[in-house]
Amino acid sequence: MELTVGPNQFFWSADRWASSYDTLASAPVDRVVLGELVCSKRLPFYQARIPDAVTILLEAGKKVSLTSLALVTLKRERKQAAELSDMGVEVEINDLTALTYLPEKAPFSVGPLVNVYNEGTLSWLASRGAKRVCLPPELPLDSVRVLAKAGADLGVAIEVWGHGRVPLAISGRCYHARMHGRTKDNCQFACEDDADGLDVRTLEDQPFLTMNGVQTLSDTYACAVHQIDALKEAGVAALRLSPQSKGFVEICQMYRDLLEGVKTPDAIARDIQNMDENTRLSDGFLTGDRGVDWSGHSLAR
Amino acid sequence: MVMEIVCPAGTPAALRAAVKAGAHTIYCGFADETNARNFPGLNFDRAEMREGIAFAHGHGSKVLIAINTFPRAGDEAIWHRAVADAASSGADAVILADPGLLAYAARNHPELRRHLSVQAAAANADMINFYAETFGVKRVVLPRVLSVPEIAAINVETEVETEVFVFGGLCVMAEGRCSLSSYATGRSPNMNGVCSPASHVEYYDDNGILDARLGGYTIHRVGKEEAAPYPTLCKGCFSAGDATGHLFEDPVSLNAEQLIPQLQKAGVTALKIEGRQRSRSYVAQVVRNFRAAVDALEAGQPMPEGMLARLSEGQAMTTGAYKKTWR
Repeated sequence: MELTVGPNQFFWSADRWASSYDTLASAPVDRVVLGELVCSKRLPFYQARIPDAVTILLEAGKKVSLTSLALVTLKRERKQAAELSDMGVEVEINDLTALTYLPEKAPFSVGPLVNVYNEGTLSWLASRGAKRVCLPPELPLDSVRVLAKAGADLGVAIEVWGHGRVPLAISGRCYHARMHGRTKDNCQFACEDDADGLDVRTLEDQPFLTMNGVQTLSDTYACAVHQIDALKEAGVAALRLSPQSKGFVEICQMYRDLLEGVKTPDAIARDIQNMDENTRLSDGFLTGDRGVDWSGHSLAR
Repeated sequence: MVMEIVCPAGTPAALRAAVKAGAHTIYCGFADETNARNFPGLNFDRAEMREGIAFAHGHGSKVLIAINTFPRAGDEAIWHRAVADAASSGADAVILADPGLLAYAARNHPELRRHLSVQAAAANADMINFYAETFGVKRVVLPRVLSVPEIAAINVETEVETEVFVFGGLCVMAEGRCSLSSYATGRSPNMNGVCSPASHVEYYDDNGILDARLGGYTIHRVGKEEAAPYPTLCKGCFSAGDATGHLFEDPVSLNAEQLIPQLQKAGVTALKIEGRQRSRSYVAQVVRNFRAAVDALEAGQPMPEGMLARLSEGQAMTTGAYKKTWR
């Protein structure tokens, strides 16, 4: 099984963004998807740094893809999506809009924000040239099994959300801007102070969600360590790890150790939680009643 | 041409009431997980659907069948059967969201008209035209992320008819792309056709303070004199940073009645009313009001004013994303 690093979902400064890929070049991962997934207003801040990051990663032997936006509405966003394939790097579509601009039969990847719930959609995407699909994080293990098998027949590698705060929703409205009494058009980049998103708590002060501009994520970090054998057995080709601001290369190493049998799932889960006492884990979308559920021991308060 | 009023029906009685109240078109679903309002006691069995369609057609109204959840891997046959039964029942169109199901319908029931559900969140003209070219989609229900000028711009760029929501419940997130409910309750719009389900709602009365919980999370708290809104996740009360409040959306519902003339100028074909879970008297009243509005518009008369406020059950109203500042 391979490890894929998904696109950074948060708004980081250009320097921080670029240096994260410098560091990632030495991480034990096979594939890196980069580019702007969440908000088109963020892209100009680091767009000029993308070619260098791609070069560094390719030279380090990684496969590289470039993501589309998750929600394309504006004219400039359509233009951005149409120009994605110009960089000569494989495109990962995270909105079907991006597919409309790809040359017919050109190979491409499909990200977790495209609704691939069943064999019919998988097979249609394969007929359009999809070679790799990261399934929506919401899918239970039973669906993953069926789709991994269908993917094998179709020549499509199936990837599963393995680690990181789970993208739960995308909106036309910017919640960071709204919270500061601004609109999206005049947001003044209210999201830039929250490198892993802003904690959203319930009225009883339970941690619950994470605000990230137009995106809403889980508070918990998905962690598929306890399902790793089932995923391997199902024929899942890769585990997706989603970037976070602290300790991400160490986390990549932990999942590599897990895949190679160097460490147990329990040990990895404990190490991840020990890195930050506020890290809460979940794997409920795969095997629990609810997405937020966690099948292991919880160390966080 | 007069704008088409597309009205919800959760039961055969609501369908008949809507037809009699003047709905041009009714949309409904089968009583199972194939549609996005899979609530207990709601929707149509196969015989009811055939009878309902015959009744509507007898009165000059059309019927659309929503098969707009995302088929479960390994169980696609349930959704395929729903499309086949819609075709054999004489439905005027099916409302679909899943590309695989659209491909199935286009291949196996090419004569059955296909509408693109709001659950597909097709939010720009390129994507809408792509669905038309690839799957022969004739109409798109636009996601609630677009302003009126953006809708007008889309209509300039596409031949596909557009249908927009004008009244009722309001999704704050892009439709079909939200897993908030399944994260907290395990039941999702995309897979189960439910959002923030009543089965996971609890109310706690603590010395006159009423807490509403969804999946164990307290997302509303009101004094006993205040109205307690239903704890829909995205309209809950939360805290973040220094702020506490309705961080995503207030407990509001959509009312775009005053925007009808602008929507017509924007080239919109049909106006959609949300609420298959609503009573037949509610449905009839909303239909009558919207029918009066589009008839007045067609006759060049002024729009009746504020006609629907009383139906909002004391809830605040919004025009949502139709005004750009909502974002």
